[in-house]
Amino acid sequence: MSIELKQISELVWEIPKSGEMFVPGKIYADKDLIKHLVDDVSRGKEWNALVQIRNVACLPGIQKASLAMADIHPGYGFAIGAIGAFDTQDGVISVAGVGFDCNCGVRTLKTGLTRDDLKGKEENLANELFRTVPAGIGSEGRIKLSKNEINDVLVKGARFAVERGYGTPGDLIFTEEEGCVNGADPDTVSDEAKRRGSSQIGTLGSGNHYLEVQAVEEIFDEDSARVFGLFRGQVLISIHCGSRALGHQIGMDYLKTLESASRRYDIPVRERELVCAPFKSEEGRRYFKAVNCGINAAFANRQVIAHLTRKALRSALGVNEGTVTTLYDVGHNTAKTEKHKVDGVEKQLIVHRKGATRAFGPGRPEVPSAYRAVGQPVLVGGTMGTRSYILHGTQKGMDETFGTSIHGAGRISSRESAKKRWRGKDLVAQLKERGIIIKGHSLSGVAEEAPGAYKDVAQVVDVVHNAGIAERVAMTVPLISVKG
Amino acid sequence: MPYEFLEHESDIGIRAWDRTLERTFVQGGKALFDIMVDLKKVKKKTSVDISCEARDIPALFVEWLNKLLTQSDLKKTVFKDFKVESIEPFGYDVYRLKGTAFGEKIDPKKHSVRTEVKAATYFGLKYEFRDGSHYLQCVVDV
Repeated sequence: MSIELKQISELVWEIPKSGEMFVPGKIYADKDLIKHLVDDVSRGKEWNALVQIRNVACLPGIQKASLAMADIHPGYGFAIGAIGAFDTQDGVISVAGVGFDCNCGVRTLKTGLTRDDLKGKEENLANELFRTVPAGIGSEGRIKLSKNEINDVLVKGARFAVERGYGTPGDLIFTEEEGCVNGADPDTVSDEAKRRGSSQIGTLGSGNHYLEVQAVEEIFDEDSARVFGLFRGQVLISIHCGSRALGHQIGMDYLKTLESASRRYDIPVRERELVCAPFKSEEGRRYFKAVNCGINAAFANRQVIAHLTRKALRSALGVNEGTVTTLYDVGHNTAKTEKHKVDGVEKQLIVHRKGATRAFGPGRPEVPSAYRAVGQPVLVGGTMGTRSYILHGTQKGMDETFGTSIHGAGRISSRESAKKRWRGKDLVAQLKERGIIIKGHSLSGVAEEAPGAYKDVAQVVDVVHNAGIAERVAMTVPLISVKG
Repeated sequence: MPYEFLEHESDIGIRAWDRTLERTFVQGGKALFDIMVDLKKVKKKTSVDISCEARDIPALFVEWLNKLLTQSDLKKTVFKDFKVESIEPFGYDVYRLKGTAFGEKIDPKKHSVRTEVKAATYFGLKYEFRDGSHYLQCVVDV
């Protein structure tokens, strides 16, 4: 197996258009990151990201390029860190481009506390967060929703939670889409999905999801940091999770729908998980409405977790809940209709971001007015033991990547090999020595998420910063990590 | 061990095999829950009947795994063993499965919970018959 790869600039690589590809593949990576991808292919690894990027380039209606960010790694169908933008007129929508965890994303909260204010109280806060925010397999939230209420969540998103008193209108201003996308139709979501979602609003889940207390370690761009309300030493809290079982069920249900649609509309699919439907078809429209429901469910979920986090901060540290505000909340597993310029012409596109964060540049109306001069905050999660970054979107990103950037470090080792290499208990002890408290519901889950199983987040951030598609504002280090 | 896990950076590949197709589906179910809990600590106290259908055998495998995930979540139950009574063609384009899953109410401490599986996918999906055994594999999203 081989895949042709051409370096077109220091940090941009291309899989030239050939065969059934409608567009080229385009990867943002440095030499070291690209070597890892190429090695996978030359070692004959069947499941590799470059083939996945190429397969997406073969889907009808794809615009400009099948894009991949520096944190790219193999996924199912689409790679993780992939972007596929399709013309809404003749393009497709695919479950694999969204993922089963619809609108998985990150909310970051700002506090008025500094690292010093936490000294000696870290363990107390960690325990309080662990108690207050349900996480792990089989966990349920404190809110049980009736069927009508679930329908409300699917339509209103985070607004549902704020109307119930879980959070403030200010939270909504600083949430992507103000916490609620239009076009959600609960009738497109199965009864099973709704029943599964009825007790999971306000739960973290498991796997790579986390709630992390962080301290701002470094500011790269003082002006943008001031606009975002960030300062050195500041305590932040980041919440990484999605739409939970409700979203998973939407994916399962529509994978079947789109599989038959692929046959009905005779869409050539190079790999079965890439089944899709024309965006304008009945099946495509229904799936998009269901995706919007999933997106809203995830916004509501993170909104309730933000509320629980405030409560935990108050009971553990006596913090006034009003001083804990939302920096931003943004998804990285989504499909959205957006207007972008393609070859100088503005087009309505359906943009799939699979493990890739929207990163709109300055001036876009979707960016909250307080941040509009700078660009949208981009929240990049690191790993338990390393750092996370806050970037802002740029015009170059709008021009080159449909306003999209990385979402995390990106894995390099499988969960199986991580479990063989690291033990959860040892990791917790090692991180404790470095001043990081880990509270996990599952020790094997902690081992799977070992920092060594990921790429170096700083290296990945450097690529997008130096390529100019998003720019560094601040870097944080973890103090407490609550895992599912 | 009639199932194994295949290396995948972010998710997990499952490969199951056995002498009959029905038994291979049983092995797939075990592999699925082996990712989520310590199966040795789960008892067979309750059962849930499962029926599902799909266009072909590989898609039926994914459907079976997804049905198990849905039922496990709805009933807050983890499964450790399975019985697949029948897998039969129905008409031209449908295969139907009838089976049962056995387990007990989930107790995160008692069952040493691991990582939640979000869904089984069509990625890496493969069905083979070789050396007298049925092999089925797919990648599950965790």
